[in-house]
Amino acid sequence: MLLDPSILALLIVSSMVSLMMSMAAVFGVQVMRHWDIHSGSERQLRLERRTYLISTLVAFSFIAELISLLLYVYNAEQMSGRFVGAMCATGVLNVDPWGWPTLYLKIAIFFAGAAWLTLNRVDNRAPDYPLVRIKYGLLLLILPLVLAESVTQALFFLQMDPDVITSCCGSLFSPEGKGVAAELSGIEPGTAMALLALAGLATLLTGVWYLWRRRGGLAFAVSGLATFLLALVAIVSCIALYIYEHPHHHCPFCILKSGHDFLGYWLYIPLFIATALAMGVGAIAPFARRPSLRQVIPAEGRRFVLLALVFLSLFYLIAGYAIARSSLTMVGVWW
Amino acid sequence: MKRLLRRQACLLDFTLSSLARRPGKNLGLLLVYGLIVFLLASVMLFTDALRSEARQVLARSPEIILQRVVAGRHALIPAGYLERMGRIRGVTARHGRLWGYFYDPAVQANYTLLVPRNRRIADGEIVVGAGIARTRGLDRGDFLTLRGSDGTARSFRVAERLEGESELVSSDLILLSEADFRAFFGVPEGLYTDLVLTVRNPRELRKVAEKLTLRLPDTRPILRDEILRTYDAIFGWRQGIVFVLLAGAILAFVIFAWDKASGLSAEERREIGILKAVGWETSDVIRMKFWEGAVISLSAFLLGYLAAYAHVFYTSAALFEPVLKGWAVLYPEFRPLPRVDGLQLATLFFFTVFPYTLATIVPIWRAATTDPDQVMR
Repeated sequence: MLLDPSILALLIVSSMVSLMMSMAAVFGVQVMRHWDIHSGSERQLRLERRTYLISTLVAFSFIAELISLLLYVYNAEQMSGRFVGAMCATGVLNVDPWGWPTLYLKIAIFFAGAAWLTLNRVDNRAPDYPLVRIKYGLLLLILPLVLAESVTQALFFLQMDPDVITSCCGSLFSPEGKGVAAELSGIEPGTAMALLALAGLATLLTGVWYLWRRRGGLAFAVSGLATFLLALVAIVSCIALYIYEHPHHHCPFCILKSGHDFLGYWLYIPLFIATALAMGVGAIAPFARRPSLRQVIPAEGRRFVLLALVFLSLFYLIAGYAIARSSLTMVGVWW
Repeated sequence: MKRLLRRQACLLDFTLSSLARRPGKNLGLLLVYGLIVFLLASVMLFTDALRSEARQVLARSPEIILQRVVAGRHALIPAGYLERMGRIRGVTARHGRLWGYFYDPAVQANYTLLVPRNRRIADGEIVVGAGIARTRGLDRGDFLTLRGSDGTARSFRVAERLEGESELVSSDLILLSEADFRAFFGVPEGLYTDLVLTVRNPRELRKVAEKLTLRLPDTRPILRDEILRTYDAIFGWRQGIVFVLLAGAILAFVIFAWDKASGLSAEERREIGILKAVGWETSDVIRMKFWEGAVISLSAFLLGYLAAYAHVFYTSAALFEPVLKGWAVLYPEFRPLPRVDGLQLATLFFFTVFPYTLATIVPIWRAATTDPDQVMR
């Protein structure tokens, strides 16, 4: 185990967040059993008051999780000097089997959190809190993710052994290798880019449809999620290669380095924001028919879809710019 | 969007004036909070500066150092080993080095004596580091007399003072000629302190080291990357230890913050009661309290961080230099290079703002949900 301040900070945050989410989950069970908006009993009053505390705690937890996602990647990047064979975050995440699961869980929590916060926001707008049971039920589903994340993260840092020779992006993200990363790298750049363009188009169309007809929020969320996944595939199989100006370097983390103008942040941040907004639209869309939400959800949904489209186009523009300014020429090989 | 911003701006405005109404209490909190940030930030900035200094120093050192080991101890290595190791693919240069330590009883300090390869020093002359020059009061043309291993005193004329970019390494350094070195320490011709090898391709380092241990079984190769990794880990570890030691202080601060936030004065209670009576919702009060926390956190963070920056980079971390750097008689005068990064800031955020906010959520909620008639009565 390495006793770095950043590692300590990450461990503290995940244990605190687990604690807060457990508290929220206990409260969630109470709400699901006893909530009755028409009752004036003392218990109902207490529950109503407590919702303020719990929603503040949950919002705070999700914000902390977001910052800890950034810190986690940044810390892995920084620690790459400590392990033989590691040259960027990929190598560090490979040091033991828990590095990647932790990252995936953190990303999943981020999106789940975005969906929950949107639901919460919409629910608070309606006078009768129509979604309160669903909201707190959802917390019970998110809790296992949070707990699993804090366990895998603790295992990752505890089992870290500086003597291990790890394999970094050069060997992991190569088409000849085995596993998911290798499969991703092996996808033809043409295919990946075509899929990315198609997904983007689908998101745009469903988004415009939603703005026009106020319908199809779920379709928008699904195509947003598909765009997110395909964008990651395209980054590994094609966009990153243009940024490195190297036809065989597929790493999704090295683009975060200063040597590449921090282009990675410019790609990932709009992409993550757009996906989070799309997930939010998907979370609230099924409840548009509830009487007290008939006004609220379309208005909020419109705003979210618009913002998501703006950030998504930003991602496409930056990806296009990265390819256009690159000196790597693959005409005749890929295209 | 515009409405939202205007609403937040109004809340912020109200919060600031409400903070200004209780200057004593808030200044006290700000001071303690800033002090915590200052302590943690100083440790981080200083160890990070040390780490980058080490990296900078080692950047130009040879990739592999080969030491001969006799009975588990470092011994002089014969020049013949250079031939014995044979041609190793990937090694672009190799040569022997002469260096050693000398204890000077006059100032009770250790000097490092080294025969440089990239410059010629005439017999009987030396080049001294800034630390030695300071403590012995030496300048160009002065003589330094040291007692050699055979008991005779030898005088060397100071030809030059080293004004290194990194005084951390050159402070206790004496450069002298090979003949002087051998005579002074009694090292026979044909023996070196160690051998160094330059390897161009970093991926071949481990293979080269492996071949060396096979061909010269009584030696141990030391890789530069290994040293760098160790330094990195050690500085990170020291930082972590200090943070763990400071955990008590952070905890005390959290309790303090909790206490401050929950111990609302009657006046504050009445204020919240009036606000709710004139139509504020519970969420508005929470939001106002959130802005209050944000204003205090941000100011404390900025103040503490700036103070730590000044402390580390202008006074060379006068407060805890001895702990983090180690002890020595010949103190190098060390001006760390300023460096700030996102990892530091995020870590610091989680050690200060995160616990503070967490500690104040429950008291804030409790205050915000009190009934107006209860407090105004």
